[in-house]
Amino acid sequence: MSETAQFTDDTVFELQRHFRFQWEPAQLGFVLLYPEGMVKLPGSSGEIMKRIDGKLTVRGIVEDLQTAFPGTDLRGDVMGFLEHVHGKGWIRLKQAG
Amino acid sequence: MEKAGSVSSKPGNPLWLLAEITYKCPLHCVFCYNPVDYTRYGEELSTDDWLRVLRQGRELGATQLGFSGGEPLVRDDLEILVSEARKLGYYSNLITSGVGLNEKRIAAFKEGGLDHIQLSFQDSTREMNDFLSSTKTFALKQKVAKLIKQYDYPMVLNCVLHRHNIDHVQQILEMAEAMDAEYVELANTQYYGWALVNRDQLLPTRGQLQRAEEVTNKFRERIGNKMRIFYVVPDYYEERPKACMKGWGALFLTVTADGVALPCHEARMLPGLTFPNVREHDLGWIWYDSPAFNAYRGDSWMQEPCRSCPEKVKDFGGCRCQAYLLTGDATNTDPVCGLSPLHHLVTDVVAKAQTPAPKADVKPILFRDDKNSRALSKTPV
Repeated sequence: MSETAQFTDDTVFELQRHFRFQWEPAQLGFVLLYPEGMVKLPGSSGEIMKRIDGKLTVRGIVEDLQTAFPGTDLRGDVMGFLEHVHGKGWIRLKQAG
Repeated sequence: MEKAGSVSSKPGNPLWLLAEITYKCPLHCVFCYNPVDYTRYGEELSTDDWLRVLRQGRELGATQLGFSGGEPLVRDDLEILVSEARKLGYYSNLITSGVGLNEKRIAAFKEGGLDHIQLSFQDSTREMNDFLSSTKTFALKQKVAKLIKQYDYPMVLNCVLHRHNIDHVQQILEMAEAMDAEYVELANTQYYGWALVNRDQLLPTRGQLQRAEEVTNKFRERIGNKMRIFYVVPDYYEERPKACMKGWGALFLTVTADGVALPCHEARMLPGLTFPNVREHDLGWIWYDSPAFNAYRGDSWMQEPCRSCPEKVKDFGGCRCQAYLLTGDATNTDPVCGLSPLHHLVTDVVAKAQTPAPKADVKPILFRDDKNSRALSKTPV
């Protein structure tokens, strides 16, 4: 069914077409909006998603998070999250052009 | 805490706002969920009223916004509402038959920031589409589908299923694929409004349903993530009720053309409740404090078998409107539930649907139009 999430440290992800990521003041949290649905992205999931901007590489996302939240090794969490949301189709590999 | 657990009576904020901006519609669909007596309701809200409703809904925390009706394109201020919705941060959806959507309007919606468009089809062929909507609209819908693609909108197709089109699910899905649809909603008819009036004509047989589900599953396997297919089961064939609207006054807020606020788009026919109007109250009071929105929150209103049922936290006893329409009491268990002492009210209808009635006994199918609505307004349904 879902395409296997094949990616490396150099992969650049972007949000799926027509998805919108935004801060919700009423819920004090990040959400991802798409046709017919919404997911709340609490805590670290929101922090990772915020960095999926079509520019940062996977390595860049990990480094940026390490700087923002020093002290713990976040790489495993980031890889797991990216694999999960890529499998769900919420993000996609950065498209050319 | 009692053994069965309890349903929280403390509401969260609404997440979905459905703006039924008009009851007017160029189509006459036999399964329409609009109230059968829609012709009796008063003046439509003004543009300013709607702008206020949108603002208040967003302040409450609603994120998803649907523009619906009737046919929302009938209103010529839709462009204004769309732009305001985007500015406020809604993810907005135009739920349309496509009638009235031309290039000028879709360009304005894109510019204003409308997020997606859900286009309804009644069937895969011109003959059936046009018969079921009592219009000549199939070719027009094909044109609108092209416009939706051209303006880089995700293509969300919706088709309501029933006895007359459910055998065409394969063709409907192929049509969707040919149009490059990203999402397809195959929604079996839910029996409210006009659909309830036409129920004997619309309820499919068990065999039809099984075939449709098989076809859908096979199609899904082949197409994978390229096209997402939502298949809404017909609850009459279930043994447990649907968790209607995810609970009364839990997530959904509908505002009707004439300003009545409802916890679901069917509730206005429930007796004994006064649904507040946005002309007189702000949405915050309506959502959190109005008696109508609190009437079926929590579980203190429930009767047996719901009250002591461990599943009440999952399905909230089903649908209040269906309980009322079929049993005459909105606090009863939704009779779709196999545990309801009135479950036979559903199974009898289902049993009858398995064998076609003799032609002479079949009531004529009733199209949704002003003339039929006026007639139905006189007789309680």
